[in-house]
Amino acid sequence: MSSTRTLLLSRHSVLPGFGLALGYTLLYLSLIVLIPLSATFVKAATLGWESFWQIVTAPRVVASLRLTFGASLVAATLNAVFGLLVAWVLARYEFCGKKLIDAFVDLPFALPTAVAGIALTALYAGNGLIGSLLEPQGIKVAFTPIGITVALTFIGLPFVVRTVQPVLEDLEAELEEAAACLGANRLQTFGRVVLPAVAPALLTGFALAFARAVGEYGSVVFIAGNMPMVSEIAPLLIITKLEQYDYAGATAIAVVMLIIAFVLLLAINVLQWWAGRRNAEDN
Amino acid sequence: MAATVSLHVPSVGIAVRSAATTEPAWVRRTLIGLALAFLTLFLFVPLATVFYEALKKGVDVYLNALIEPDALSAIKLTLIAAGIAVPANLVFGVAAAWAIAKFEFRGKSLLITLIDLPCAGSPVIAGLIYVLIFGAQGWCGPWLQAHDVKIVFAVPGIVLATIFVTFPFVARELIPLMQAQGSDEEEAAIVLGASGWQTLWRVTLPNVKWGLLYGVILCNARAMGEFGAVSVVSGHIRGMTNTLPLHVEILYNEYAFAAAFAVASILALLALVTLAAKTFVEWHYGHERQAAKQESSA
Repeated sequence: MSSTRTLLLSRHSVLPGFGLALGYTLLYLSLIVLIPLSATFVKAATLGWESFWQIVTAPRVVASLRLTFGASLVAATLNAVFGLLVAWVLARYEFCGKKLIDAFVDLPFALPTAVAGIALTALYAGNGLIGSLLEPQGIKVAFTPIGITVALTFIGLPFVVRTVQPVLEDLEAELEEAAACLGANRLQTFGRVVLPAVAPALLTGFALAFARAVGEYGSVVFIAGNMPMVSEIAPLLIITKLEQYDYAGATAIAVVMLIIAFVLLLAINVLQWWAGRRNAEDN
Repeated sequence: MAATVSLHVPSVGIAVRSAATTEPAWVRRTLIGLALAFLTLFLFVPLATVFYEALKKGVDVYLNALIEPDALSAIKLTLIAAGIAVPANLVFGVAAAWAIAKFEFRGKSLLITLIDLPCAGSPVIAGLIYVLIFGAQGWCGPWLQAHDVKIVFAVPGIVLATIFVTFPFVARELIPLMQAQGSDEEEAAIVLGASGWQTLWRVTLPNVKWGLLYGVILCNARAMGEFGAVSVVSGHIRGMTNTLPLHVEILYNEYAFAAAFAVASILALLALVTLAAKTFVEWHYGHERQAAKQESSA
């Protein structure tokens, strides 16, 4: 114990329990996360590069990846626009029921995804409340890629609001007063003063919503229709391959998605670091 | 007057805004209207739909769907999975936060990133990894079969997948909070003769109780509602390996819509309770974080 202390600690501390706490953390992390995750890479490595490439470039896989990333991008963009609007309204204006609405923004975090999935499907199906209004106009939502985008917008909704709202609340009024004194109108002040200040938070929220949407399964499978090549998302294709005992195929797609998730996680960390430095400079 | 108010309140109150830094009334009303329309369409209508569809066929159908044996065993399994996953991740969260917040060591930021990993990928992958290890063709598959131990397509697999997807929730709240609080109080306790465990129980945990509770609430909501990861490892055996969300799926796919929504309404109620508890705890937690921030900047 004392040897791990001197070996690892870069600063002496009088507090006990370092070896136990770090040891338990590493053991638990390895058993639950690291060793199981490495299994996917080991399994993919047994495939060899050529067959790996063959699996992930198969038309059905490419179509599912394109759909997953395309729909996630549209949903995250919608969330960026409306999330900024909701955050602005909650941070700046007073209206009746604001506290309640503020609390409900987190509903997509709290509501199990399967529940969201069947509720959205019931709403947007041809005989549903919203679907019956849209279908006569020739707009089919449920069982099409549009439905997938609707579900992904629902589950990504809180991310942008929750990252942008605190920044808007902390933004000093003096900045906007100065802009007004210098002759800017409200739109110019928003574009040149407010928007640059919230940009890192907005991007972080966008990236978080995007990352969540890419991996989402529960809320999508009900509304998607799940037609191969048309409305089959990548996570569903992994499950389909598993059910056919095609473990190698499932793992190959999983590895592609994991690598993209790592890249996104890295990007989010860089964005948060950037946003944090911005805030530190301001104070 | 306005200046003294803004000195005490860090976030600028709406009342102090002058005409130059706010919008005309019609713009305000349009923006509020647009935001409310968006939230109504995407939040309130879907939530109301769950309860409407559940009660559409009458209260009898609703209650029957809930007291049916398969539904009851799904409730039981959901409680078991959350009952194991939440305490397990709670202990881990405290250990990880103690190591990371109270000590300086090499590789710390890598460790923090690794803790966040389980939330970065798809929940489906969380299920897949356990099938790769414990499945019939997996690493431990032959050994497990020889000893007649079932993990995948059985309760242990469901518990493992639930632990995986809820892994960072408590740690993620505690690490930044305990980092901001520093270790002065713990050092004082040790110097005064307290043991390590006494310090943890009497000093550290009382200081972070709201943050801890906040993490547990989020962790529990996810544990009870998880679908994708659990779906892969469950095998969907009715009355045996079905959690509540999986039971919803089975009923829905059998076109038993009223029953599916009835079971879903329990989960929706759980979500509402979660939101209420979260809002209540957030209020205290905000104070805890604020105090920690002031302490660390002082």
